[in-house]
Amino acid sequence: MTTATNTLPPPKGVWRLTFERFIEHRLAVASALALGVMVTAALAAPLVEALIGPADAVNLLARFAGPSTAHPLGTDELGRDNLVRLLYGGRVSLFVGLTAALVAAVIGTLIGLLAGYYGGRLDALLMRFTDGVISLPMLPLLIVLAALDLGKLGLPQAWVESEDVSLYRIIIIVALAGWTTVARLVRSSALALRARPFVLAAHAQGAGAARIMGVHILPNLASPIIVATTLATGNVILLESVLSFLGLGIQPPIPSWGNLLTNAQELIWSAPALAFYPGVLIFVTVIAFNFLGDGLQDALDPKALKRY
Amino acid sequence: MTRHLLDRLIQSAVVLAVMSFVIYGLMGLMPGDPVDLMISANPKITSEDAERLRALYGLDKPLIERYANWLGAALGGDFGFSRLHAKPVFEVLIPALGNTVVLLGASFALSLLIALPSGIWAATRPYSKTDYTVNLLAFAGISVPPFWLALLLIIVFAVLLGVLPAGGMGTVGAEGLWDTLKHLVLPVATITIASVGGHTRYMRAAMIETLRQDYIRTARAKGLPESRVVLGHALRNALIPVVTIIALDFGTLFSGALITETIFSYPGMGKLIFDAIMGNDFNLALIALLFATVLTLVGNLLADIAYVSLDPRISYGKVRS
Repeated sequence: MTTATNTLPPPKGVWRLTFERFIEHRLAVASALALGVMVTAALAAPLVEALIGPADAVNLLARFAGPSTAHPLGTDELGRDNLVRLLYGGRVSLFVGLTAALVAAVIGTLIGLLAGYYGGRLDALLMRFTDGVISLPMLPLLIVLAALDLGKLGLPQAWVESEDVSLYRIIIIVALAGWTTVARLVRSSALALRARPFVLAAHAQGAGAARIMGVHILPNLASPIIVATTLATGNVILLESVLSFLGLGIQPPIPSWGNLLTNAQELIWSAPALAFYPGVLIFVTVIAFNFLGDGLQDALDPKALKRY
Repeated sequence: MTRHLLDRLIQSAVVLAVMSFVIYGLMGLMPGDPVDLMISANPKITSEDAERLRALYGLDKPLIERYANWLGAALGGDFGFSRLHAKPVFEVLIPALGNTVVLLGASFALSLLIALPSGIWAATRPYSKTDYTVNLLAFAGISVPPFWLALLLIIVFAVLLGVLPAGGMGTVGAEGLWDTLKHLVLPVATITIASVGGHTRYMRAAMIETLRQDYIRTARAKGLPESRVVLGHALRNALIPVVTIIALDFGTLFSGALITETIFSYPGMGKLIFDAIMGNDFNLALIALLFATVLTLVGNLLADIAYVSLDPRISYGKVRS
């Protein structure tokens, strides 16, 4: 008996198995690495700045300079170093993307959990609302929200115009567009969990609705929430870049990948390279988040249709 | 079916009614107000005049009352006057709507024409090199920032090669079908590339799911050729979820139109809305936004009808014997 059990491989934990499944998805692994590099580079922006020179150092004698040792990616229309500005833009874009995705995840989880757990009328109401939001032409509405004058709501003008507010405002605006996917995924999972024996047992023991949702259902929703949030991060970064490109998101002089492209269209004839770098970074970041979400889905939900 | 459609119509009407109020309210929060704009054009106006103007245009009334007045006029066909275009809103809206329908129609058709076959193709060879490549390209299409894509296309085809125009709808003095088509190529390409990835992935996922069904095994066991199995038996069922998701995506398509039209200065609804919002043209922005909402709602309704007619198992409100 003892010899037979000894021949079995040692048992693996859930996270170990999940990790092994994740490793199989090569694109997701590459994406995770790429995002790691991107975040590290963005965090290291002050170091690079110390090496190359301040991000806002204007040098009109060195406008549109090509790549050189002093400026590895050349300079922009004011002679500022492209690399340093891209890194600082990355800090802002990644910060906005991750924060907004988290806000979206919280809103979506709350709505999906309530709808899925209570079911019936509340479910119908919340999901009609979600479907209604999904069916709206989102971008034009977000543009209106971004253009609103918050001062008209009676908020102090100095506060409204501060840089921090423009940052929080764009976070909230893009989060408003990102929560629907999370809500739908969480709702369908919560709906299935509600009828499971362990939930019924908790109910029979006299646990209240809040306790059942918070302690028994929510931990089991980790997979869909993680996957939906990862996918939402990509979308949210894309949306932020669109709004900033149109001049409605992050306001210069704070650089973001989106607003670095705002001038690029006018300069397209004289400096096409300027239009290239920020877009590549947005593209790589968004596609990496999408692959990562795809890989996490396969790893966290082995029963689901295998993709890659 | 009629009953269900009626339900959906009422639902859409509710969404539209709520949105009209929300958008009306938001317009009031936009920077500047109509009287301020008049003052800026005429410095001789005193603050008493401004108050009188406000009263004249009913701007001193509470929001609900102003909304009710506006709604009454709008329902009576009076959409107001566009400040930017100096024309009635309706006259500005209709040509723009036509241009957008052309742009979106062409892009949508092209996207489906590419996405459906490649989705099916990939699904019939799951986990192969082909499938892998299709999936990679699809992800790339989903993730590319549409405005950057448009810029790249302009750089390559207008700046470097000089074969296609960088924007607008026609060259002055060289109008004609050929010229119009040339101006459509880059905008259509932008929207198509941005939407084809999503469409392909939906088609592939639905097809793979369907090909696992028992009746497909039966069809194969009967000795039907694979093409009959896929195109004859599986496709019809696989299309059902695809139609729904694609139609729900109509709002996204419209967002793509806004970005693309703005970059290419294509005079459609998207550019119209953007310019109206940026230029404080409240009447125009309000009506154009509502029109865009109506467009997406109609798209969803059409999807619902297609959904029912594609799937004989769904028969709303009818008891089957």
